[in-house]
Amino acid sequence: MVWFRKKTALTASAETKKVKIPEGVWSKCKNCQEIIYAKEIERNLNVCPKCDYHFRIGARERIELILDAGTFVEMDANMRSVDFLDFKDSKKYKERIKAALKKAGDGDAVICGTGNLEELPVVVAVFDFAFMGGSMGSVVGEKITRAIEKGLESHAPVLIFSSSGGARMQESIHSLMQMAKTSAALAKLKAAGIPFISVLTDPTTGGVTASFAMLGDLNIAEPRALIGFAGPRVIEQTIRQTLPDGFQRSEFLLEHGMVDMIVPRSEMKQRLSQVLRIFTKS
Amino acid sequence: MNHYLDFEKPIAELETKIGELREYSTDSVDFTGDIKKLEKKAQKLKTEIYTKLTRWQRTQLARHANRPHTLDYIEHIFTEFFEVHGDRNYRDDPALICGFAKLDGKPCCVIGHQKGRNTKEKVHRNFGMANPEGYRKALRVMQMADQFGLPIFTFVDTPGAFPGIGAEERGQAEAIARNLREMAMLKVPVIVTVTGEGGSGGALAIAVGNRVMMMQYSVYAVISPEGCAAILWNDGAKGPQAAEALKLTAQDVEKLGTVIDDVIPEPLGGAHQDHKLAAASLKEYLLKHLSELEDLSADELIEQRYQRFRAMAEIEEQQ
Ligand SMILES: [Zn+2]
Repeated sequence: MVWFRKKTALTASAETKKVKIPEGVWSKCKNCQEIIYAKEIERNLNVCPKCDYHFRIGARERIELILDAGTFVEMDANMRSVDFLDFKDSKKYKERIKAALKKAGDGDAVICGTGNLEELPVVVAVFDFAFMGGSMGSVVGEKITRAIEKGLESHAPVLIFSSSGGARMQESIHSLMQMAKTSAALAKLKAAGIPFISVLTDPTTGGVTASFAMLGDLNIAEPRALIGFAGPRVIEQTIRQTLPDGFQRSEFLLEHGMVDMIVPRSEMKQRLSQVLRIFTKS
Repeated sequence: MNHYLDFEKPIAELETKIGELREYSTDSVDFTGDIKKLEKKAQKLKTEIYTKLTRWQRTQLARHANRPHTLDYIEHIFTEFFEVHGDRNYRDDPALICGFAKLDGKPCCVIGHQKGRNTKEKVHRNFGMANPEGYRKALRVMQMADQFGLPIFTFVDTPGAFPGIGAEERGQAEAIARNLREMAMLKVPVIVTVTGEGGSGGALAIAVGNRVMMMQYSVYAVISPEGCAAILWNDGAKGPQAAEALKLTAQDVEKLGTVIDDVIPEPLGGAHQDHKLAAASLKEYLLKHLSELEDLSADELIEQRYQRFRAMAEIEEQQ
C-alpha cells in the first residue's frame, strides 16, 4: 500500500501549503491567521490547534480517519470521465480531466468502497475537492449510485462525505441528471430501511447539496463548513447586498434546522459508530 | 404588446407591410398579388432564419416574452382546471402553479413554473424562480395525485431555483433534493415537458418523470449560460459562448440519447407565433405518452422511471 500513503502525503493540507512563510515548516491558518508549526496541524487531523478551523482534506486521508485500518476496498477505481460534449472554455475539458488526474489522483472527484467502521461493515463515498472542485459529472454520479446500490445489496449503511462546488458544468445536462439518479437510488435505500448518513464538509454547494447531501437520515456537518444551494457570490449579485456573517456555515444550517448536528473531525468516527449502532440495532 | 428579438425583426417588418397592404385593399384596389408574394417571401425568410439559429438565439427564443407559459398551455390543453395553493408550512409560491384538471375528460394533476409577461407579473411570479415553499407545494400536490391515482403533467420553465437569503434559510437545497427522491417513488405516470427554460436543479425538481420531452425551441442545462460564463469565463457577458459550450438546445439534448424521449415541434418561428398551434402540438404528445403509460402498474412505473435515470452516464471503464 505504498501508493496509498504517497497519495495521502501529496493531498495533505493543500491549503496550508500555499502559505509563503518558510517552506513546509510553518503554516498560516487562513481563519485565525496564526502561524503554526505545519506538523502540528497535520498531527491535529488538519484542524487548526488555535482556532479549531477544519482544513480541507483529501479523500484517502479521510478514509483513513473513518475506517478501520486496512479494511477499505475500493470500488470502481478505473472509472474515468469522458469529454462527450467536446466542452471548451478557457481550456478543453479533456485537458482539465488530464490535469486533475495528475494533481489529485485517479479517483475522479469521489472515491468509493467498502470497509469497516469500528467493525461495522459500511459503504463509503468520499469526495476529493482537489479534483475539479469536487464537481459531480457522470463518473461521480455513477460511482455514488453504485455505492448506494452496494449498500442496498449488502444491507450495509451508506456514508457519503461531501465536498463539492456542485454539478460539473463541462458535462452540462448529464451532470444535472446525476442529481436525479443518485436521489432515486437513495429512495430505494430508504424504502429498504438501510441508514444513509450524509456528512457535509467544507464546501458543499450546488447540485450536490440539492441532491444526496441533504437527504441523509442524518445530515452531519463539520464545524464552520460552507453549505448551501447557491454560492455566496451568486446570492450577493442577485440581491445586491453583502451577506451576514456566518451565512451558509454549518452553525447557520443547524440553527435553521437543515443539519442534525455538528461534529468535529476528531470525534467523527466515534459519533458515526454510535449512530449506526443505534440505527442498525447492533 | 409584441416583443421582437433582433433576428425576428426582418420578419416582423415584412409582416407589418403585409398587414398594411391588407388594410389598404378595397373593392377597387386589389393588392392580393402583392400580398401573396410578400407572404411567400416572409415564409422563406422565416425558414431561413429559424433553421440557422445559434444556440444563444435559441436560448433567447426559449425566454421570449410572448412565449406561452404554463397557464397558457393549461388554458389550451386542459379543461376544468383549478389551482391549489400553499405548502402548508410557510406560504404560497406564485412561481410554481399546481392544480388539477382534465385532459380529454381524464382527471389529472398539473404542475408548472410560471413566468410573467409584464413587469408587474414578472415580479409577482419572481421571474419563474421558485423558492423552497414552491417545491414543497409541488411535492405536496404530486403526492396528493399519487394518493388519488392521477397522472401528473409537469411543465418546466425556469431560469433556476431562486438564489436568495430566505431561500437558503428555508432550505432550497433540501426542498429540491427531497423532490428528486420522492418523485422517484410516485406510483402514477409522470410526464414532463420542458416548455421554455430548463435551468438547473430548479427545473429538475419537477422533472423526474417516466417521460421527459422538450419543446423544439426550449433549452435544458445544468446552469444558465450567463451563470456558466460567470464561473468559467469569469464574465457573465460571455453567455453566447457558454450557450454553445453547454449544448443546451432540444436538438443537442436529444442527441445524447437517454435524457429526453421526444422533441415536440413548434409552429414556424416558435411557439409564441401561435399559442394554440403550439398547445395542440404539445397535447398530442401528452396524450400519446399517457396512453403508453396508463396500463403500467405502480411498480412498473417506479422501475421504468428508475431505469430511465439510471441509464444516464457517459463514462469510460478501464480494465
Ligand atoms: Zn486557526
